[in-house]
Amino acid sequence: MRNTIVSLISIILGLIAGGLLMLFIGASPVEGYTYLFQGALKNISRIGDTLATATPLIFTGLAVAFAFRTGLFNIGAAGQMLIGGLAATAVALTMDLSRPILILVMVLAGIIGGSLWAFIPGLLKARFNVHEVVSTIMMNWIAYWVVYYIVPANFKGGTETESKLISETASLKMPLLTEMFQGSYINMGIFFAVLAVIVIAFIINKTTLGYELKAVGFNRHAAEYAGMRVNRNIILSMLISGALAGLGGVALYTGNASSMQIGILPSQGYDGIAVALLGANSPIGVFFAAVLFGILYSGTGFMNAMIEIPPELANTIIAIIIYFAATSVLIQRVFNKFRNTKTNSNDVAGPVGKKGES
Amino acid sequence: MSYVVEMLNIRKEFPGIVANDNITLTLKKGEIHALLGENGAGKSTLMGVLFGMYQPEKGIIKIREKEVRITNPNVANQLGIGMVHQHFKLVENFTVTENIILGSEPLKGMVLDIDKAAKRIAELSKHYGLNVDPHAKIEDISVGMQQRVEIMKMLYREAEVLIFDEPTAVLTPQEIDELMKIMRNLIKENKSIIIITHKLKEIKAVADRCTVIRRGKGIGTVNVKETSEAALAEMMVGRHVNFKVDKKASTPGDVVLQIDSISVKNNRKVMGLKNFSIEVRRGEIVGIAGVEGNGQSELVEAITGLRKVESGEISLNGKEITNIPIRQRIDSGIGHIPEDRHKRGLVLDYTLENNMVLEIYNKKPFAKFGLLNGSAIKSYAKKILENFDVRSGEGGVSIARTLSGGNQQKAIIGREMELDPDLLIAVQPTRGLDVGSIEYIHKRLIEHRDRGKAVLLISLELDEVLQLSDRIAIVNNGDLIGTVNASETNENEVGLMMAGVNKERSV
Repeated sequence: MRNTIVSLISIILGLIAGGLLMLFIGASPVEGYTYLFQGALKNISRIGDTLATATPLIFTGLAVAFAFRTGLFNIGAAGQMLIGGLAATAVALTMDLSRPILILVMVLAGIIGGSLWAFIPGLLKARFNVHEVVSTIMMNWIAYWVVYYIVPANFKGGTETESKLISETASLKMPLLTEMFQGSYINMGIFFAVLAVIVIAFIINKTTLGYELKAVGFNRHAAEYAGMRVNRNIILSMLISGALAGLGGVALYTGNASSMQIGILPSQGYDGIAVALLGANSPIGVFFAAVLFGILYSGTGFMNAMIEIPPELANTIIAIIIYFAATSVLIQRVFNKFRNTKTNSNDVAGPVGKKGES
Repeated sequence: MSYVVEMLNIRKEFPGIVANDNITLTLKKGEIHALLGENGAGKSTLMGVLFGMYQPEKGIIKIREKEVRITNPNVANQLGIGMVHQHFKLVENFTVTENIILGSEPLKGMVLDIDKAAKRIAELSKHYGLNVDPHAKIEDISVGMQQRVEIMKMLYREAEVLIFDEPTAVLTPQEIDELMKIMRNLIKENKSIIIITHKLKEIKAVADRCTVIRRGKGIGTVNVKETSEAALAEMMVGRHVNFKVDKKASTPGDVVLQIDSISVKNNRKVMGLKNFSIEVRRGEIVGIAGVEGNGQSELVEAITGLRKVESGEISLNGKEITNIPIRQRIDSGIGHIPEDRHKRGLVLDYTLENNMVLEIYNKKPFAKFGLLNGSAIKSYAKKILENFDVRSGEGGVSIARTLSGGNQQKAIIGREMELDPDLLIAVQPTRGLDVGSIEYIHKRLIEHRDRGKAVLLISLELDEVLQLSDRIAIVNNGDLIGTVNASETNENEVGLMMAGVNKERSV
């Protein structure tokens, strides 16, 4: 509840700041935002595009949030996406299977690719206490160059920098869905994403696995004391996180797009950190945060076309929202002060909160 | 008579709990005033109100007979109120001087004037007999001296009223004597002191008057000279407290824990425990006596599986457990009240309910097919929390972090006792608890013994070891010096053995 309010306040403050920026460059904020939201939501096709834009973000947001809940900072979602996407693309381009089985194998390949890429930092952390922030960033660059090498060598498409296009049989796009959304590039990735949100929320909140992973995340010494296998949990948590990011890669490269480009780390990897932060690391929160990012990203082109506001503004607004979310402590403090003056009885720390902190 | 501080009819509420209800405390100039109460009675909250950390709902605060509103700690500082917190607030890799001037750095033109400050600190140190080296780094000095640095911080800022929050909890007996001396020096210089504590001995030793609070309510203020420890304890707990532990003679049965010449490395990678052997039988409490850091932690961690055993053998109920995983040890009947409740004992960000099933969350009825059963956990936790009188704002759904230290400890003890382990390892089980809770915990440990279970007690408080144990093993520098029957020994003998003097007699 408190987190939701903080996130909403961050969003509102971010939008206000964006409006001020529009004023500053001489445009009307009302008009700007009208076009921005129209661009994202005006008709059914644009709504479809917005959801499709949000899909990989849901996966990477979940990946980061899940790892974070278990005490790990997975910065490597981008690399895990690349390898997941590469694995799925490779399957799509080389295997001759019927559509349902092909898609299933592609999804599995994406899961395996992503989790393999996260397994290595997990193992390094568990065995040698190598900090996962460093190793996941390194793995991003390894993934970047792996794609750079493998795609032109094995799956060269029309240009030097692109893979072959995957066939329609292999694409996550469904004719029925495309038709329903009047030609949007929305695809079945969004269903996988919703499913992932539900599954992850279930694991975190209702299962002994979630209980254990969270305990390790909060206090690994106490977890060890209670007989939990801390190292196994670290690796397991990275595997699940990587699998989610890998699925994000599948959705991006075989759903939203139909080919892979070399020389690009997908921005959704790092955006996932922002999505997780704004969503307060809860799966449901991640879903809504990703949709909001989807709206901002997909509406910005229309806004730019209609009035002279540069498309970079969407990124600026997102950045400001993230600043406010990241400094949520400040928002909470203001919020508490406001409530205190009304009821004067809301010290959140509790009667002896101070003692327990050390 | 002039009062420096008057807190009149203070009321402070938190969600779900009234922490202070109509409490009055007055502090005379030049007196040491003790604030006594059980864990979670509201002592820290009351001082938090005085120090500006909390705003009271009702009541008046007067400083030097003028009514004031203390909205934050800075205001308190300006009014001449200083506080030494239980957990020191010092920058480890700064020097004493740098720590003391932090926040009010003296300048010479544009640059820091450390030398001037250091000189003043040296003067103050001499004046009050604090014996603080202004140029030493915090990380290099003892806990006792760190506390004196905190005291110096207040003196440097010319505080008139000094609040000490459980200052003796972290000190050795010698350091406690030292602190008492310093306090007496301070009041000679016309400072006034409030000391928060639940240690009756110290109140008798140093305080002039004592205000007692119980469950958030003010019980009264007494002159310490005209009262006794027993009377104070009764005021604090609300019933008669028995200081002596009642227990029958033990009737040891089969061996539960058998340790056969184990060696264990300590954190510095040298042997912290050498060829150590001991056995604990059903129906007895074996106490380990020793000065801190003489191999006790290594012993406990070797038995519980948190530390690797280099050589030797440990068996439980006749089965070897030297190298089996921690969970299997718990399942085969080892309960462990850990030394550090924040590091090992609790997941502070979990609710109490979740903490109560920390070792058994994956067992029936709390889990089935990998799914947690919330209502089973809830009712199980409720039983423990009621049984052990764990007080918290919102019961089982309170976050463990928000509880007072004593209540956290009671929750851990309740959890471990509820497992009904064949071997209960209790490390410092009553650290930081008030007399009422100590009495209760001691009774429960003896009950556990009388039900035919084995208890291994590790405590730095010699009194506790002597009173509770049936047999006492004394360690020094990782060696077992000897084992004595508790009924045939005394403080002197054990004390000598703790210092490493080997006696011929052993049991």
